[in-house]
Amino acid sequence: MDIRLEGISHSYGDFEVIRDITLDIPDNKIVCIVGPSGCGKSTLLRFIGGLERPTFGKVLQFGEPPPGCLNPLTYIFQDFALLPWRSVSGNVSLVLEDHGIRGAAAREIIDDVLQRTKLHDFAQALPRQLSGGMKQRVAIARALAVKPAIMLMDEPLSALDSQTRELLMDDLIDLWSRQPFTAVYVTHNLAEAVRLGHSIVVLSRRPGCIAEHIEIDKPLIERHFGDPDLEQYQKHLWQSMREEARAADAELLND
Amino acid sequence: MPSYSMTEEERAVATSQMTGGKHVDFRGGGFAPKPHRWVGLVVFIALVGIAEWGTQSGWISPLTLPKPSDVLQTLKQLYSSGLLFEHLIPSLTRLVVGSALGVSVGISVGVLIGLFSYIRSGLVPLVAALFPIPKIALLPLFVIWFGIDEGSKYALIAFGTFTPTVVATYGSVDNVDRTLIRMGQSFGLSWFSIVRKIVIPGAMPGILSGLRISLAIAIILLVAAEMLGAEYGIGAYILEAGSLYDLERLFAGVMILSVLGVLLSALIGFFERRLLDWRA
Repeated sequence: MDIRLEGISHSYGDFEVIRDITLDIPDNKIVCIVGPSGCGKSTLLRFIGGLERPTFGKVLQFGEPPPGCLNPLTYIFQDFALLPWRSVSGNVSLVLEDHGIRGAAAREIIDDVLQRTKLHDFAQALPRQLSGGMKQRVAIARALAVKPAIMLMDEPLSALDSQTRELLMDDLIDLWSRQPFTAVYVTHNLAEAVRLGHSIVVLSRRPGCIAEHIEIDKPLIERHFGDPDLEQYQKHLWQSMREEARAADAELLND
Repeated sequence: MPSYSMTEEERAVATSQMTGGKHVDFRGGGFAPKPHRWVGLVVFIALVGIAEWGTQSGWISPLTLPKPSDVLQTLKQLYSSGLLFEHLIPSLTRLVVGSALGVSVGISVGVLIGLFSYIRSGLVPLVAALFPIPKIALLPLFVIWFGIDEGSKYALIAFGTFTPTVVATYGSVDNVDRTLIRMGQSFGLSWFSIVRKIVIPGAMPGILSGLRISLAIAIILLVAAEMLGAEYGIGAYILEAGSLYDLERLFAGVMILSVLGVLLSALIGFFERRLLDWRA
């Protein structure tokens, strides 16, 4: 299943946040969207998943989601969004219950996704007992449980400390290598973008439009911490973003 | 690589220069209340002890305060004569029926206000208008509407518990983490599932603490209702004792109310521990 954004523009009243974005999300690739704060990258992600409607333009879906897919467009949020009153497996089961998957069938899926995210020992733990990294792994497990066609990741590692972030990036690469998935990955962190993105879309400052679109051919599995090739990309991205980021930082917040 | 660490001698010199230092003052204490269960009991026993000693020795006149031991005696008699339950059971029935009505309607209306903007716009001003009315003032009206019997008493308690429950409920529904609701929507959960599995449990802490207030109000209104046209009930018992200036029985009745309040509060505490064990 592919997604295409066609001529997306958006304003809140007179306040233009996004201008004319056209973008293809190819199957089984991770597209990273980076940009200075307030450039509308998270808003763009909400359009893709249908949580918000753009003022102009449309989001199109091509092809059908793969069989067995329960929720084609599935988010992973920056703040994890786990129900604090449900255990790890309860949080995963939440998204299955509405599809009528209960009992043994649910247990099978839950065991599988907790296994894949290395959480099988913590199935009965409550979110408050978990570290930030573990919480985000629960959110990833929950997303995997509905077999998404496309994962929409909204700054998934931004609330974590840098060591945890490294560990989770390795986990994500691992997950993708074993079973490729399609993802749109929004981040402000260039190191994450060059590690995880098959292609990287740079948005300009508000109103956000595509300033640059680069492809990185190096396979994910060969990308490592401190990789000199990736640092080249990262340096290049930073140089093209630097002025924009500085200007964005100096702006007053209007909302 | 250059070495940034000190050699042993350098460290020894540094340490010798630092002898005779002064302790940094500790200033981080206080502002952290800790529970001390027994202190409450000690205060209670001390107060009763003072009252007993004062009335025994005579510097508190019997008209000011009855002897605590006499009050206890009255309570014992009340129990052994079977009158205790004759008063307690109608009172508890009124309390349970009235507050069950008020609380359940209150929670439902509160959730609806929290979920629908039209209901909110329509009912929030109404609730704000009803809240400050002393419900006791409406008792004569309730007697006309619902009869002098149990109906008016149920209505008074129900009405009195309704308003604080509504306010607490919609306030706590408003405070449910919006990102969790967003999450529910993004996974395609049905509206009903979001309400049942995200909104209601998320609002539960606020609803339960609102319930503490509502049930205390229920006890107050129970007594008020029973002071008007009730043959049996704690309120009737207190009223009768008061008009006869029988301080022992008056205090015995008040004691029963206090115990009832403590028990209700403990009951809510129990539910809080059961339902909200997910909180730290």
